[in-house]
Amino acid sequence: VFKRFVEIGRVAFISFGPHAGKLVAIVDVIDQNRALVDGPCSGVRRQAMPFKCMQLTDFVLKFPHSARQKCVRLAWEKENINEKWAATRWAKKIEAREKKAKMTDFDRYKVMKAKKMRNRIIKHEMKKLQKMSSKKGKKPEKSEKVPKSEKAPKSEKAPKAQKAQK
Amino acid sequence: MAGEKKPAEKAAGEKKPGKKKTGEKKPAEQNASQKEVGEKKKKIKKHHASRNPVLARGIGRYSRSAMYARKALYKRKYTAPETKIEKKKKEKPRATITKPVGGDKNGGSRVVKIRKMPRYYPTEDVPRKLLSHGKKPFCQHKRRLRASITPGTVLILLTGRHRGKRVVFLKQLATGLLLVTGPLVINRVPLRRAHQKFVIATSTKVDISGVKIPKHLTDAYFKKKRLRKPKHQEGEIFDTEKEKYELTEQRKSDQKAVDSQILAQIKKVPQLRGYLRSTFCLSNGVYPHKLVF
Repeated sequence: VFKRFVEIGRVAFISFGPHAGKLVAIVDVIDQNRALVDGPCSGVRRQAMPFKCMQLTDFVLKFPHSARQKCVRLAWEKENINEKWAATRWAKKIEAREKKAKMTDFDRYKVMKAKKMRNRIIKHEMKKLQKMSSKKGKKPEKSEKVPKSEKAPKSEKAPKAQKAQK
Repeated sequence: MAGEKKPAEKAAGEKKPGKKKTGEKKPAEQNASQKEVGEKKKKIKKHHASRNPVLARGIGRYSRSAMYARKALYKRKYTAPETKIEKKKKEKPRATITKPVGGDKNGGSRVVKIRKMPRYYPTEDVPRKLLSHGKKPFCQHKRRLRASITPGTVLILLTGRHRGKRVVFLKQLATGLLLVTGPLVINRVPLRRAHQKFVIATSTKVDISGVKIPKHLTDAYFKKKRLRKPKHQEGEIFDTEKEKYELTEQRKSDQKAVDSQILAQIKKVPQLRGYLRSTFCLSNGVYPHKLVF
């Protein structure tokens, strides 16, 4: 049922508080509610932190309990947590949310245009398929062509998303 | 960085003994004063941090007397140079003058004060200010402009017949209103005045540095013309007031002159033309206080 556990070396994401948005490693457990936590590579000093503001990630580091900051830093850099974190969907969602909030009026216009174009292309393909299927009846060609044509508009989505990010 | 500093210090150090050697022939005072000036300049620059560590807010570790000792104020006693005071004392201007007086048995002269006491003291020392004190006429008011509005900013008009349209800001006029243009071919907004308060400034800017705006575009140019010549014939007063705005050739030519320059700049930015053509609107889930413009 539970896959992520509070253990020594578990990397956690701080959701609120003064260090919101940073990653830390659990170094030791103080009591039922608090842990000794350290984030040498993310700018969090070694301190006690309540579990409530921590959200566990999938990453676990290997170091003994109450290890000093140097050991935590070594383990962190060995595992390359910063890069692994940036590659997770979680981090990407956070980044996308931030970018959306920072969008200026001009950016919103550009996104609207890009979305419109993309939807047009998709609709166009769908209509083509519908036409074909209605003309030719229930032939197996329909199921083959559906995944092929959907890939084309999705690949165009990536450059538009990059355009919108600018 | 450290390596660079050392040779520089050495060079400076070398220069000083070098100067001394040559200075034996030159007057020694010059070099000594140069060195002193250099040292003084160096000393003045460095200010010591507070010598009184803070225990709690408003409470220092050391008392006044301890601080006096720590700051070595017993050494630092500055007095004004005496010579100047003495000079000033000597330089007092003459207070009286003796003038010859005519007439018999008058004594030949009188001693007259040069600067006399005032003949009248008003009951209030500082005269009472008029009620209209500090109230300036509109033409002398201070005009402010929001920092977010610079020439070339794209503004969103919020009121008037062009509400919701995105428009390019040109300059602020003498009355404080903003001179703004569509450009006309893009969104049918001519050269027009807009009020700063009824406008949203976006962060999108067009480069207008090379655009020359004709100087005759002032408030008087844009002001609404009103005919007021009815000779008190009540029936006709309401009819003769011009309500229809008529487009003049001058307006057209000015519009063309300004817009042609601006359009060239707009074309350089991709999608900007379409952006200016579109209108701003709110929809579900869009909250202006959360939007970044």
